[in-house]
Parts: sequence; structure tokens; C-alpha cells
Amino acid sequence: MTTRVYEVFRRERAGAAMQHAGSIAAPDPRFAEIYAREQYGRRGESEALWLVPREAVQEIDEFVDEFDLKYRRVDGYSLKERLKEARELAGASLREAPGGGDRP
Amino acid sequence: MSDRVELLLTLADDELILGWRNSEWTGIAPFLEEDVAFSSIAQNEIGHARALYELVARELGSDADAVAFDRAPDEYRSAPLVELRRLEWARTIARHWLYETADAIRLEALKGSDDAELAGIAAKIDREEVYHRIHAEMWVDRLLGSEDGRPRLDEALDELWPYALGVLDDDLRPELVARVEAKLGRALPEVEPVPRGRHEPELAELLGEMTSVRRSAPVGARW
Repeated sequence: MTTRVYEVFRRERAGAAMQHAGSIAAPDPRFAEIYAREQYGRRGESEALWLVPREAVQEIDEFVDEFDLKYRRVDGYSLKERLKEARELAGASLREAPGGGDRP
Repeated sequence: MSDRVELLLTLADDELILGWRNSEWTGIAPFLEEDVAFSSIAQNEIGHARALYELVARELGSDADAVAFDRAPDEYRSAPLVELRRLEWARTIARHWLYETADAIRLEALKGSDDAELAGIAAKIDREEVYHRIHAEMWVDRLLGSEDGRPRLDEALDELWPYALGVLDDDLRPELVARVEAKLGRALPEVEPVPRGRHEPELAELLGEMTSVRRSAPVGARW
């Protein structure tokens, strides 16, 4: 029997986003529906399911970032390093200032 | 024993024994997804049996487990169709579909019952049986549409047909004939039904295994 793979997405409750739940293999869409119901819906864990034949999924898995444009990324660039540098700089200038460190 | 208890036991015993038979496929179904689905259907049937045994137990002042497990084989009301052990896929699908089709007819009649509790539980059970019927029908369509599957399914259906007729009372049988023949597009052999009330030799063996753990513990053991 030839089966095809369906990617299954499930929505946990109304208004929530669909999330990938897993996949199932089935010979046709009717079997896919029953198998998806049994595997991803019978414990009350889903409010809705989407079934997508795997061939319909367009995958992108290469992301060029040759110039290291960190500010575009969701995590941004790290402030930690810069704060540390700034503190060290400030500490040094305080110590160098006349009477620095033991003001009345 | 009242007619009501008799009827509830008939339904419950059919569901329990068929659920048990279907569960024999757990781990050995033709492929993994089917294994999960068919095992789940088996669990549902046993769940229906449990709900029905609860009603019986309330009337008899007993408990569901005692009603389900502590009777002698000849006290079971199950139809011979569900007792047969046919660990072969075409026969399993044939039995599954014939039973679900007969059960649908029986449940439709019960949903219209004057007994509100009975009508209610029939409706509740039927809401799950919808998916069992979809499952059974898609398999029948698949086997009928395959060169290899069709003769196997036809042979199994002819073998099990007298047993299927025996699931229902006389008045509901014509409806079963009509539905099964409509789906198959052919006439079924005119045969005498294998009636409820006699049992297949496999039943005693099944009950022996089903109750072996329960019987191994002292009476009144708490689990």
C-alpha cells in the first residue's frame, strides 16, 4: 500500500495559533482524517486540526547573513558586553579623578 | 431479570466482546497508524460497555466489574458475530463493518425510545460510533476498489453474513439487508441468521483470558 505523509497542526483552544503536532502516514485523505483524529484529537487536546500533505510544504532552510547584521535579529545584539565595558570605563575615570573614591 | 436489563446486557456484551476481539490487533495491525486507530476503536467499544454495565449494575445492586466479568459464559448475551476469532484482516474489516452497520440501525431505534435514559445513552454512544462507521466504510471502499482486496472481502462478507443478521431482532433485519446490499451493489445469500443465545466455542476461551487477572486475586480485592 502506498501511503503519503501528512503534517498535522493542532489548535489547542479557540483563538490560539496552530502549532505543528507531528505527522501521520495514510493511503488517502479519508484515512488521514481518521488517523489524525485518533492520534491528535481524542484526548481533548485539540480544538481543530490542519492536515497538510508533506509535498505541499515549501521549506526554506538557508538564511544568508554575510555582514553579521545582528540588529536585524530577534534577539538583537547583546547589551551585556557593552554595559560591562561602560562600567569599567567609568570605574577607571572615577579612580583617576582627584579625590576619587573617598569623598566626604 | 427485566427486559430493560436484558436489553442493556445485550448491547454491553456485544460491545465488550467486540472491543476485546478488536484489541487483539494491538501491535499487529497492518501498519502503525491503523494499529493506533483500531486500538482506539476497541477502547471506545469497551468504554460503551462500561457505561451500559453501570446502568445494569444500578438496577441489580451490583457493580459494573462484577456484571462484566463474573458471569458464566452461557450468561452472556453477546451475538456470535462478535465472539468469532478471525485474526485475518479482510474478515476483521468485514465483521467491523457488518457490526457497525447493524449497530447503527439498533442505536437509531433506541434513540427514539420512551425510556429517556436509554435514548440518552444510545445518542451518546452513537456520537462516537459515527467515527467507527467512517473508519469501517473507508476500509470497505478501499478493499472493494482493489483487485486483490475485493475477492477477499467478498468471501469474508459471505461467511459472516448469517452472523451479522443475528445481531438484530427480526424487525430490524430488512434494514440491514438493504444497507449492506446498497453499499456492495450485489445481493447477499438468503440464509438463516445465526441467532443470539447460542455461543461460539471461542467465547469461553476469551472469557477465561479476559478474567484471568481478576480471578487470580481474592474476592473483594481492591486494585
